[in-house]
Amino acid sequence: MQDTAWQASLILMSLVGLGFSYVAIQSGSRDEDYAPMQKRAYRLRLKLFWALILVFGPAMIYTLTDLPYAAALARSAQDTRTPQVIRATGHLWYWELSESHIDAGQPVEFQVSAADVNHGFGIYDPDMILVAQVQAMPGYVNTLRHTFEREGTYRILCLEYCGTVHHAMMTELTVARR
Amino acid sequence: MLTTTHTTTTDDRGAQTGVVAYLFTAAAVVLLMMLFGLLMRLEQAQLIEMGPQPFYKLMTLHGAGMVGIAGIAGAAVMWHFLRQYVALSTGILMTNLALFLAGVVMILTSVLLGDFHGAWTFLFPLPGQSMGMWSTQAAALFMAGLLVIGVGFLLLHLDIARAILARHGSLARALGWPQLFGRDDGKAPPPTIVASTMVTIVNLIGLVVGASILTMMLVNLYVPGLQIDALLAKGMIYFFGHVFINATIYMAVIAVYEILPRYTQRPWKSNRVFLASWSASTLMVMFIFPHHLLMDFAFPKWMLIMGHVIGYLNTVPILLVTGYGALMLVYRSGIRWDMSSRLLYVSLFGWAAGAMPAFIDGTISVNYVMHNTLWVPGHFHTYLLLGMLAMVFGFMYYLGKPDRDAPDGLLDRIAFWCYTGGTLGFALSFLYGGKESVARRYAVHLPEWVPYDKAGAAFALLLISGALWFMLRFFARLGQTRHDHARTPEPASCPAVTA
Repeated sequence: MQDTAWQASLILMSLVGLGFSYVAIQSGSRDEDYAPMQKRAYRLRLKLFWALILVFGPAMIYTLTDLPYAAALARSAQDTRTPQVIRATGHLWYWELSESHIDAGQPVEFQVSAADVNHGFGIYDPDMILVAQVQAMPGYVNTLRHTFEREGTYRILCLEYCGTVHHAMMTELTVARR
Repeated sequence: MLTTTHTTTTDDRGAQTGVVAYLFTAAAVVLLMMLFGLLMRLEQAQLIEMGPQPFYKLMTLHGAGMVGIAGIAGAAVMWHFLRQYVALSTGILMTNLALFLAGVVMILTSVLLGDFHGAWTFLFPLPGQSMGMWSTQAAALFMAGLLVIGVGFLLLHLDIARAILARHGSLARALGWPQLFGRDDGKAPPPTIVASTMVTIVNLIGLVVGASILTMMLVNLYVPGLQIDALLAKGMIYFFGHVFINATIYMAVIAVYEILPRYTQRPWKSNRVFLASWSASTLMVMFIFPHHLLMDFAFPKWMLIMGHVIGYLNTVPILLVTGYGALMLVYRSGIRWDMSSRLLYVSLFGWAAGAMPAFIDGTISVNYVMHNTLWVPGHFHTYLLLGMLAMVFGFMYYLGKPDRDAPDGLLDRIAFWCYTGGTLGFALSFLYGGKESVARRYAVHLPEWVPYDKAGAAFALLLISGALWFMLRFFARLGQTRHDHARTPEPASCPAVTA
């Protein structure tokens, strides 16, 4: 997902840059008759508008089909396996987990909360790439469902600024096949 | 270039002094905050060693300072041009600056003497729960400082609302609704009025929400029994924060609407598409804020999905109305390129380009693995540094130029490329860090993250050198600023309201 976001951003930013560069290069000689050019430009803008709708519209809708909120419900409806439930509570400045050993390939349901201030529950895979996250808030329990397919040591990092030792608020999860 | 002749009055000179005082303050604070930012990147790059607490103190000052000063700089642009159409109070303008400076002193005292480092977002209940790292008084002083600054801006926007209402009769007319929804008689208010009205509406609401949560949290600091819901507090803070920082761009873009047509000798008219996009932006800027809360699963789902959808829709006016409008204006226009026109032109590129990784971040499934990574500062530094701030620098060059044919120096052109290239490299180092899952707001980075930090620090140095030159140039020309602050006669498209 991160690679896709990076590539899509670079492409779109480059397209914007190309448009601005092209117009800057074409800005030197003056076309005194602005009105006909304006009409042509408005027609092109309409085409660009529909192009944006056609590209961004489906992307916007498609990405709504895999929401982390609905996923918990949808997957539980299809997946009859009972998830391993782990209660995770953020404290200043440590994580309290009810369990830190996970079965690979089995669904896990994290019930995430905070005892004091806002924290962010970020799960990093063995290559230190973020695979899932949810906010940990005092007074609320946020449910995060994730299936760990890959074995190894995962790290939990705090992803909401919580004060002086925020950067060191880490713990580990061990994922192994039974 | 269009030229007008004015008679300068005492009132005009006061207005001119006010705008210059705003820009002077903005330049000084921006420079200081940029240096704080550079120190933070150097610390993450392990090139200096200051320790976590000083880092988070700088981070708190950098965030609060940049947001506040963006408001001051944007207000200077808007006020300067809006005053040419409506009667604004110079007294209120200066009151806002005085309150801003008072708030800055309170915030500096809170952070530097009281050790407060709860971030500019002051998420409840962190300010009151520091584990002994700062006192209740320090937290109260910080939030009271923000409140004082907010009150100043509230006064400024109330004065702007009063002046617009006195001239146009209603905010709907000032947004051009009669022309948008009725017959377009070509008499819609000029872009400056439309943009200022939009900013005033959203900021008045945003500031009241911000002041409310600040007051609630101040009371809670001393009367903890009066509980606040943490999710409600977060929603209110992000509503206020999002609206305020976005409004700074919508204020600064007025410089583009006003100045670029003078260079291209082509008008920027308030046609129906323009009016529709600004009315849509008025709503979108307010209702997009849940995209800051996408990882708060307890927040109402419909609002989270609304944040996702509006994130996509919001790119349309930026790309196809303001960005495309500038391209139309410049294409085969014979524009005379100087520092002002260059900076204003590149500012629209910066805004549009930064909006791309921003709306991608607002996609829920992307946010799931990129929220609160360096991706976030990556996109907002693009549209704030290369968008909003470039607009302000363009305005400074425009204002400081003794006459239209005064040549730019070689150092100006070098500074332009240092700033543009440095900002792009700086923002891309953040974005790449986000792609690699580097966590945001960390004083200490893991060894594998350090190379991106080093690249970021190098590009920061480059962009700061460019910005420093822009500011020195402006300071050197302070005595020669243009004398076109006087109100121009009302254009035919802007009929007076008689009743």
